Amino acid sequence: MKTVLITLVGALVLGAVLLAATGANPLEAYRAIVTGAFGPDGIQDTLAYAVPVVGMATALAIPLRAGMVNLGGEGQLVLGAISAIVVGRHVPGVLGIVAALAAGALAGALYASVAAVCETRLGVPLLVSTLLLSYPAMSFAAYLVRFPMRDAGSSLPQSEQLPPDVRLPAVTDGVTVGLFLIVAAVAVFAVVDARTPAGFEARVTGWGPRFAAYAGIERPGLTVRLLACSGGLAGLVGAVVALGFPYRFIDGALITPQYTWIGLLAALLAAANPLGTLVAAVFFAALTSGGFAMERVTQVPRELTAVLQAVLIIFLAAATGLLRRRRSPA
Amino acid sequence: MIDAALFASALGALTPILFAALAGALCQRAGVFNISLEGTMLVGAFAGVAGSWYTGSAWLGVLLAVVAGTAYSLILAVGHVSFGGDAIVLGVAINLLAVGLTSFLIRTVFGTRGTFSDPALQGLPDLDLGGIPVLSGHSLLVYLSWLAVPALAVLLYRHPWGLRLRGVGERPEAAASLGVSVTRYRYGVILAGGALCGLAGAQLALGNVTLFSENMTAGRGWIAVVAVMLGRALPWGVFAAALLFGLAEAFGFRLQGIGLPQQATDAAPYVVTLVALFVSSARIRRRAST
Repeated sequence: MKTVLITLVGALVLGAVLLAATGANPLEAYRAIVTGAFGPDGIQDTLAYAVPVVGMATALAIPLRAGMVNLGGEGQLVLGAISAIVVGRHVPGVLGIVAALAAGALAGALYASVAAVCETRLGVPLLVSTLLLSYPAMSFAAYLVRFPMRDAGSSLPQSEQLPPDVRLPAVTDGVTVGLFLIVAAVAVFAVVDARTPAGFEARVTGWGPRFAAYAGIERPGLTVRLLACSGGLAGLVGAVVALGFPYRFIDGALITPQYTWIGLLAALLAAANPLGTLVAAVFFAALTSGGFAMERVTQVPRELTAVLQAVLIIFLAAATGLLRRRRSPA
Repeated sequence: MIDAALFASALGALTPILFAALAGALCQRAGVFNISLEGTMLVGAFAGVAGSWYTGSAWLGVLLAVVAGTAYSLILAVGHVSFGGDAIVLGVAINLLAVGLTSFLIRTVFGTRGTFSDPALQGLPDLDLGGIPVLSGHSLLVYLSWLAVPALAVLLYRHPWGLRLRGVGERPEAAASLGVSVTRYRYGVILAGGALCGLAGAQLALGNVTLFSENMTAGRGWIAVVAVMLGRALPWGVFAAALLFGLAEAFGFRLQGIGLPQQATDAAPYVVTLVALFVSSARIRRRAST
């Protein structure tokens, strides 16, 4: 925890230097980020952005707990969203909502399981199989909304809208009841992680894969299960986003905001600890939405917040490495 | 369908991946799993365009790209080798930092967003090798990337540095006990890899096209990581793997010409790479079981 705070201060100082270099007042810029993220105008944007980021962070934290990196979150997210739209356009009413969400989760889970099987059966490392499978999934969705599923009345590559009865009710502007689904997912992950044998098996594997194997934890099965959960949640996030405003699948709309990569950074920052991941993801979401306010106030490009996030992770990775070395001078 | 132009365009697509994959192979041989190729290439592409724009010379742009790539790879060198940070975590963050930093700089330096291009921006000239089909008409960097393959092979297998470098990768403790500095060799490969990624970015932004756009590397650095794996970090193996990807990309463009949707052909290189990985790992296991 102390390390996190020290690295946070380090990243903020570096950000202040960058800000000063572009001729802006660092304090003013930071104040704009905070008021922009949590002020009365900004809090809704932060919340709307935090829902998918927290969802993806948690999804990627699940296998990370066992030291497995799922780099294919984007593909699973997009497949979940497009499956939800397909089902939602054919099944009416509340049943449609439930079926669409389930379809999204199922699509993500199945696709991530394919990547897991690539490692357990076909000898392709998970890091690579998840990443490589991600691109065809994105291309497939891009193809669907350009040709078979295209909204004929629009020139944009987007699907038709969901019927009004297959939409998630809004809590506030831009935030649907999907918020509660994601919070529930975080809670389930936290409980399973801390209180069940399954969570313990994952954590033991994360501490030391060889020790875990010696203790009788069967790695291939664990890999498939963890990836199925991870992809399932990623797919559910896609479905939740698709069932919210603007109630359709727009090509690139899930990729451009970098939900997946910011989520992965949050999970890495928190070492996949469930509550830590939640806090880190909310923090990153606030930083990103605050960046828009900073740009309005100081004219500094909002991409600066992306730089800050990455610098924070680099500092933290270096600091944890240093700590580990001090503890075990090998 | 299959003609000289197909191979010529495959060669253009090959070069950035090949440079980055050679960088990855070099690091792999010294025991560093480098997944920051994508980000380093992107920084190189930006520096190349900025250098060419402000000096008016594409070659000074290439020089700046190499310098920037080397400097940027210092993050991995310091973070991983000196501090002992996890190479995968650092790599993911370095890649994201590159996206953020170049998007930030394109706005502060060039004052635009998305893509920077200008008719006055100098690209690398195409060389005319006496009009030989396929091989002629590429930038000097393309030929340089081919020369880099045997050069790496000679360095790794015919030079004392290569022997020590492989020792550092295979048995760091043994190498250290023989007086080889593991730290120095790992710094060396990471920084040299950064320079190669700088060349990859320069070819991408000043050779294949003459512009910089946000995230223009578009996964090529990741493909290079896979090419290292597929080619088992052997110089010629990596060359073959990168060529496979270049051909898949060029062939994909060709298929669009006969009416296949672009999205199907966009996905082709990744599917081809995955299948190639299946085949190669199946062969390794079959050999191991006999």
